Amino acid sequence: MLNSKDLIGIKELSVEDINLILDTAAGFKDVLGRDIKKVPTLRGKTAVNLFFEPSTRTRTSFELAAKRLSTDVINFSVPTSSFVKGESLIDTALTVQALGADFIIIRHSSAGVPHLLAQKLRVSVINAGDGTNEHPTQALLDAFTIKEKKGNIEGLDIAIVGDIMHSRVAKSNIYSLTKLGAKIRLIGPPTLIPGEMEKIGVGVFHSMEAGLKDVDVVMTLRIQMERQSKGFFPSTEEYSKNWGLTPDRLAVARDDVIVMHPGPMNRGIEISSEIADGPRSVILEQVTNGLAVRMAVMYLLAGVKR
Amino acid sequence: MPKELLNKKDMDRALTRMSHEIIEKNKGTDRLCLVGIQRGGVHLAKRLASKIKEIEKKEIPVGSLDIAFYRDDLNIRKEQALVRKTDVPFEVTDLKIVLVDDVLFTGRSIRAAMDALMDLGRPASIQLAVLIDRGHRQLPIKADFVGKNIPTSLSENVEVRLEEDGFGDRIVLEKAGK
Repeated sequence: MLNSKDLIGIKELSVEDINLILDTAAGFKDVLGRDIKKVPTLRGKTAVNLFFEPSTRTRTSFELAAKRLSTDVINFSVPTSSFVKGESLIDTALTVQALGADFIIIRHSSAGVPHLLAQKLRVSVINAGDGTNEHPTQALLDAFTIKEKKGNIEGLDIAIVGDIMHSRVAKSNIYSLTKLGAKIRLIGPPTLIPGEMEKIGVGVFHSMEAGLKDVDVVMTLRIQMERQSKGFFPSTEEYSKNWGLTPDRLAVARDDVIVMHPGPMNRGIEISSEIADGPRSVILEQVTNGLAVRMAVMYLLAGVKR
Repeated sequence: MPKELLNKKDMDRALTRMSHEIIEKNKGTDRLCLVGIQRGGVHLAKRLASKIKEIEKKEIPVGSLDIAFYRDDLNIRKEQALVRKTDVPFEVTDLKIVLVDDVLFTGRSIRAAMDALMDLGRPASIQLAVLIDRGHRQLPIKADFVGKNIPTSLSENVEVRLEEDGFGDRIVLEKAGK
């Protein structure tokens, strides 16, 4: 049983919490494979998607996860809401709570917003990405996918490639995979990897060949054009030349390596189409697993005593 | 001291009789399957299936059902139900399903289990087999096959301990709240 009514980050979760979520998700994945892909578990509850940053896949995934649990969903789309009339973030959230929401699923460009709302609200707050801080459900679905493919996470060599600095996906994954006992390697240009990462027991590589040698899992990150105004790398062409995942580069990894990407992909930049559509790719399975994991998170949060 | 209701021998005899009754009522094993409710019911369903096989020399399909997603007490239980595996590896449509559970009490688990089964397909019929019926029904549900009827008070718990979980086969009655 989880202890907190909210899912703010992987940082706050124990290994037991993470495993409980993954085991519960396995039960929900079963449901998704049936003819009737819906269970009455959270009938009568309401989830509100409060997205202050563009997102199609995460929002859709949460929406569908809620619907599969028989929870009603409202998408509070920000540009058309009172937000443009100057209503504050907290007022907006309180309004949503007063409308009878049980879950607020929040994405915001500022780190710490979900944490703030969790303190101010009675309802369960689920972080769907806050600035460069965390994206916990992505890390959970990644862990679920790795566990499903590899049986166990402990002892695996897992490489995360690209813009670690600006990536909440990388951050949540580093928290979760180290808690679960994997050995993490970060690969990318020095400008995109935060300093002193070795101190938390994570390997840092500035060459694809050295970094990918004998890894079990490769996670490529999306180059976030929207966060690249400061020139961390010269051009996308050059980025692709040095850090793009191609069949040649992947050849040094283990034969049974799996390739992951949180989407949306920039094909031909951080990942070649040959890899993305190839036999080592589990990218579309990540999407399916995301539904099961988000169902598990809502189910478990609904059972938390207040 | 907990009071012993059934020992290993009693339990085995009850299950043997229930197997015969299941076969008799269904006139054999044609289109018959057993589905156990997690967890105790799953073990008992397997035992019933092997007894039926001994008697009729026919293998019948056995599934396991987790009812966590169909419960009606998500917000009032002290401990949230753990989600266990639902594994019904056959098409239930048009089958005669015997649902198996260890203890029949309020009937709410059975209601949840019937809803769960209906979401898997359209069975021809659902029958209910329980090892212990302890009374106190809150829903209009009745078992077709019962190992033993045991009148209990609401302040008591019926503990079914099974070999498969690492306990010797034994059913005891104890005061609740322990």
